[in-house]
Amino acid sequence: MAAARRHRSAGPLFVAPFLTLFLLLFLAPLGYAAYLSLFQERLIGGTVFVGLDNYVQALGDPQLLHGVGRVALFFVIQVPVMLLLALVFALALDSGLLRLARVIRLGIFVPYAVPSVVAALMWGYLYGPDFGPFAQLSRKLGLPAPDFLSSGWMLGSLANIVTWEFVGYNMIILYAALRTIPQELYEAAAMDGAGAWRIAWSVKLPALRPALLLTLLFSVIGSFQLFNEPNLLMKIAPDVISSSYTANLYAYSLAFTGQQVNYAATVSFLLGLVIVVASYGVLLTANRRRTP
Amino acid sequence: MTTTSPPATVAPKAARPARATRTRARRTHRSTPLTIAMLAALAYFLLPLFWLLIASTKSTQDLFNSFGLWFSHAPQLLANIRATFAQDDGVFLHWLLNTVVYAVVSAVGAALLAAAGGYGFAKFRFRGDRVAFNLVLGAVMVPTTALAIPTYLLFAKAGLVNTPWAVILPSLVNPFGLYLMRIYAEDAVPDSLLEAARIDGAGEVRIFLRIALRLLGPGLVTVLLFTLVATWNNYFLPLIMLNDPDLYPVTVGLSSWAAQAQNGGAGSSSDMLALVVTGSLLSIVPLVVAFLMLQRYWQSGLAAGGVKQ
Repeated sequence: MAAARRHRSAGPLFVAPFLTLFLLLFLAPLGYAAYLSLFQERLIGGTVFVGLDNYVQALGDPQLLHGVGRVALFFVIQVPVMLLLALVFALALDSGLLRLARVIRLGIFVPYAVPSVVAALMWGYLYGPDFGPFAQLSRKLGLPAPDFLSSGWMLGSLANIVTWEFVGYNMIILYAALRTIPQELYEAAAMDGAGAWRIAWSVKLPALRPALLLTLLFSVIGSFQLFNEPNLLMKIAPDVISSSYTANLYAYSLAFTGQQVNYAATVSFLLGLVIVVASYGVLLTANRRRTP
Repeated sequence: MTTTSPPATVAPKAARPARATRTRARRTHRSTPLTIAMLAALAYFLLPLFWLLIASTKSTQDLFNSFGLWFSHAPQLLANIRATFAQDDGVFLHWLLNTVVYAVVSAVGAALLAAAGGYGFAKFRFRGDRVAFNLVLGAVMVPTTALAIPTYLLFAKAGLVNTPWAVILPSLVNPFGLYLMRIYAEDAVPDSLLEAARIDGAGEVRIFLRIALRLLGPGLVTVLLFTLVATWNNYFLPLIMLNDPDLYPVTVGLSSWAAQAQNGGAGSSSDMLALVVTGSLLSIVPLVVAFLMLQRYWQSGLAAGGVKQ
């Protein structure tokens, strides 16, 4: 009896350390941001309660809206390309048709180990007009050098960096999921006369659903909080990347350059909200498709 | 997977190599066109790293005057490495050590917290457990960078900014890690084993440390690696939390050098460019090596997360 009681009371003991830190370092900042977003600092009267005024201002703030719009565009273009590549690579690796499969798998995965700062620096130099190899090659061939760092190319150049960093990571998630499909399913499909393509379409893709959903969710979160890559390329191309190029960059410059703490908290909070709503949107759409 | 691996009977489905037989059966016909296509893709992923390796052997002048994808006439990798470590009174070594400390402390702490929490949620029922778990699960979707600025403001009040804790503490809370560990614990730690240990009179903490933690090994390593990479690569959080260069991790340090190299243009600071490039190479070597050695854990852990979603 005593043992059973101790057993029951041990659960909270194990989860308490995590939940305490979760409360202090996750919920408290979130609550603090929500609190700060309801105030404004004024020259006369100091900090005053303004209700939802900051939110009204933010929703009509062209810099914020452009920033969110830009990362939304980034998400719509970059994520499908990245996930499609990851899916194709994972299926190719899983097909058993490749030579050097291990080398290829590790080589594609390695960029994930490279910090995004280093990735952005490397690509920034590769893109560059002075000593970037692309510019050097086109000079040698007498062609005009592609200006990867111009405003027309920039979003694509950023998308390329992020794709380079994360295709391998997503590929490994999908590949790992493929490896767990039971052998019997393939045997049954082969018995029914299904070829390699048919098996990929009818057996492998449905089995990959949960893993694909996971990669999609991570991608929503990653895209909307885009910061590191534009922040680094900003130093090479300050005329192209403004301090409000992405929503997160805007929040950062509001807090640390503009010293507008309350408004920065509002923007952070709104951005978090946009991401949660987008994530749930993805989840709901996926679930509705499953049960028509 | 040798000593840390759970016995096969309790291993989660995800960690089991399911299809050794099929791979063997197919070894007879490999596709050359597919292999060539994948090698072309591989070239794209290795190109920047190859460029970095070449560029690290060049002086700033040679970076401009020689072709980027091949060595110059006077390779000077060692001289570059020496200059990188000598710059600003050896601050680069500080950065590397800071990164190691931040990453290791965060990763070990986060993995243990997630393991204990995941085990608690998986194996015990108590009041409010569902609510608490769902709260944590919902937090997986809240982006860390949206939290960073409020955390900074809170830490500023508590006097924690510009200390190592400002970088380590927020990295200790890993909601996805807890979720992963819960799933892993449900499969990997059999209830019957826990009951047997309880009948033998072992305390709950002792059961966790002696039995459960061992069975949770591979999952634990996955969360450890996740957090290690995340902290090693972290840029936004240390960027806002720290302003003393001696406390910088290597990511923030390199970006400050890159800004100097860019602003300097010609003149003395143009030498900085070679240092940024060599420093970049030096900062990724340890992680890439660790990665290649531990990559099997990624696969098993990620499978557990992806399959049971």
